[in-house]
Amino acid sequence: MRMFSALLALGVLAVPAWAEMPAECRVARHLVEDNLRLPGVASAIAAKHLNVLVLGAGSSVLPGPGGANLAYPERLRVALIETFPNVSVTLATDITPHRTAIKMAESLTGDLRKSKPDLLIWQTGTVDAMEGTDQDQFNQALDKGISIAKAAGAETVLVNAQYSPRTESMIALGNYAEIMRWVAVQHEVPLFDRFAIMKLWADFGTFDLFSATKNLDTAGRVHDCIGRLLAALVADGVKTDSPPAQGGQ
Amino acid sequence: MAPVTTERDLRLDLFRGLALWLIFLDHIPSNAVSWITIRNYGFSDATEIFVFISGYTAAFVYGRAMRQNGFIVASARILKRCWQIYVAHVFLFAIYLAEIAWVAHSFDNPLYTEEMGVLDFLRNPDVTIIQALLLKFKPVNMDVLPLYIMLLVGFSPVLWLLLRAPSMALIASGVVYGLMYKFGWNIPAYPNGVWVFNPFAWQLLFVFGAWCALGGAKRLALVLNSRVTIALAIAYLAFAFFVAMTWYFPRAAGLLPHIIGDNIYPIDKTNLDVLRILHFLSLAVIVVNFVPKDWPALRSPVFAPAILCGQHSLAIFCLGVFLAFAGHFVFTEVSNRLLTHVIVSAVGIGVMVATAAVLTWYKNIERGPRPPTVKPGFAGGDA
Repeated sequence: MRMFSALLALGVLAVPAWAEMPAECRVARHLVEDNLRLPGVASAIAAKHLNVLVLGAGSSVLPGPGGANLAYPERLRVALIETFPNVSVTLATDITPHRTAIKMAESLTGDLRKSKPDLLIWQTGTVDAMEGTDQDQFNQALDKGISIAKAAGAETVLVNAQYSPRTESMIALGNYAEIMRWVAVQHEVPLFDRFAIMKLWADFGTFDLFSATKNLDTAGRVHDCIGRLLAALVADGVKTDSPPAQGGQ
Repeated sequence: MAPVTTERDLRLDLFRGLALWLIFLDHIPSNAVSWITIRNYGFSDATEIFVFISGYTAAFVYGRAMRQNGFIVASARILKRCWQIYVAHVFLFAIYLAEIAWVAHSFDNPLYTEEMGVLDFLRNPDVTIIQALLLKFKPVNMDVLPLYIMLLVGFSPVLWLLLRAPSMALIASGVVYGLMYKFGWNIPAYPNGVWVFNPFAWQLLFVFGAWCALGGAKRLALVLNSRVTIALAIAYLAFAFFVAMTWYFPRAAGLLPHIIGDNIYPIDKTNLDVLRILHFLSLAVIVVNFVPKDWPALRSPVFAPAILCGQHSLAIFCLGVFLAFAGHFVFTEVSNRLLTHVIVSAVGIGVMVATAAVLTWYKNIERGPRPPTVKPGFAGGDA
């Protein structure tokens, strides 16, 4: 019963995640999945302590000395604190550029032991597509990672590849994105469709993803939005109301 | 020996031409116009059409050569064709290198540090160029020609058997397909993984096309034209259409029972999933029944552009790959608006048609006036 009322309170708290979000991020709202629940994360929040682990490759960081502060893992942490002001949020990262899902799944066991996360944000798919990793092995690595995270008490959110217009004709993301979508459906874990979200921003002109620049301005804003949208996905996932009816918005 | 028909079926050129257009539209990344292509409405796509018709025409052309001039001459002609395709593939690779080198030189964005790693192979061209020449390193969208080369390299003995015992050849092809699934056969690729189009799988469609050309289609006529088959084909296409819709409207995904999802996914393109074959066969049944071979409209100007393209499939395919690179270049460098997508797609198809027309013209002037006794060979078409 106490659990129930705590969850009920969360339902109200979850609203600011969307309300405080800059309009440029909110454009992609409809692309953030909101029909899957994260009960484990909900009880961690109810217990006032949320541990998050971000497992990722090069597109989970930004270069330069200020890069770590601007990149989406840190923006997610800040957004979670804003969304759940009474909860202590800690966020660990295991991010190494140019790493395949297979290698990430291997290092996940150690990460889980170290940081004991309630929530695993797993960004992958780009390096595998670039290297042409065997698709069965990619599929199995995702299966394995999600399963060991679950066994360690962590719920997973998958984050797929970025939309990168310049390299689109050089990296065949398609099959890997499909495998990620399918694995997410099978394990009933949310997929944060970063590709579709960024593509929408590019198509709407919200962010210029085409320009050649060394400047971190746009990159920082993109990552800030990704962090906020991920926090919104978490907030939606711990809401107490019943999932929306099929076909309705 | 099985009879080889001499009359050319314009439907083959028409649908191969259409497949070439669809492949071009699908190859431009994020092309808004590609929503019209068939891959969005079912399991199979233009690749199946292309491979099947290529098998059909290869049997048509080289089958006659093998009957008239023997195994050696026909095999030599097939290998010459392989060489032409190989040269075309290397030519496309050179264009790809130019594009990638341009992007590496001109593009810098802190968002995409990871993605720019795809250009790293420019740092050790000694390895990658050799791997490309060995057909092991294949850039995005350049997988079809290596598949075509492999299928033709192994085609002579298959054709020999097809002419003598067509059913045996088809069964052998099916056995290879089954063994491929059982033992996981494929050809290794560079730097990792395997060929995107597994030749051990896709040969089935190629050989089936060849089998149909050498009389198989006639033997199947009774089955193909039966109401039951047509009804099954329509039902299967409707099912595939419904499943495809769940990809675009995730909320509809809940309507797809788990048991179906668990059994059909992932729909494997690399190994030519059975679901894809069935989808292609269903489409073929519909076409065979509703587009008769002697349909007068096939000779009307409406279909002439697609037929022209289908008659020069290798050249137009390569041109399409190049135009897709160029189209993507326009999207990133000039404009990414919807109108640009429409214009680039339309201009691309226009260039393909114009080029095919020029090629036909060349063919006619180079062949010169024919003595009337010589039968028109393979009127304007290539294998």
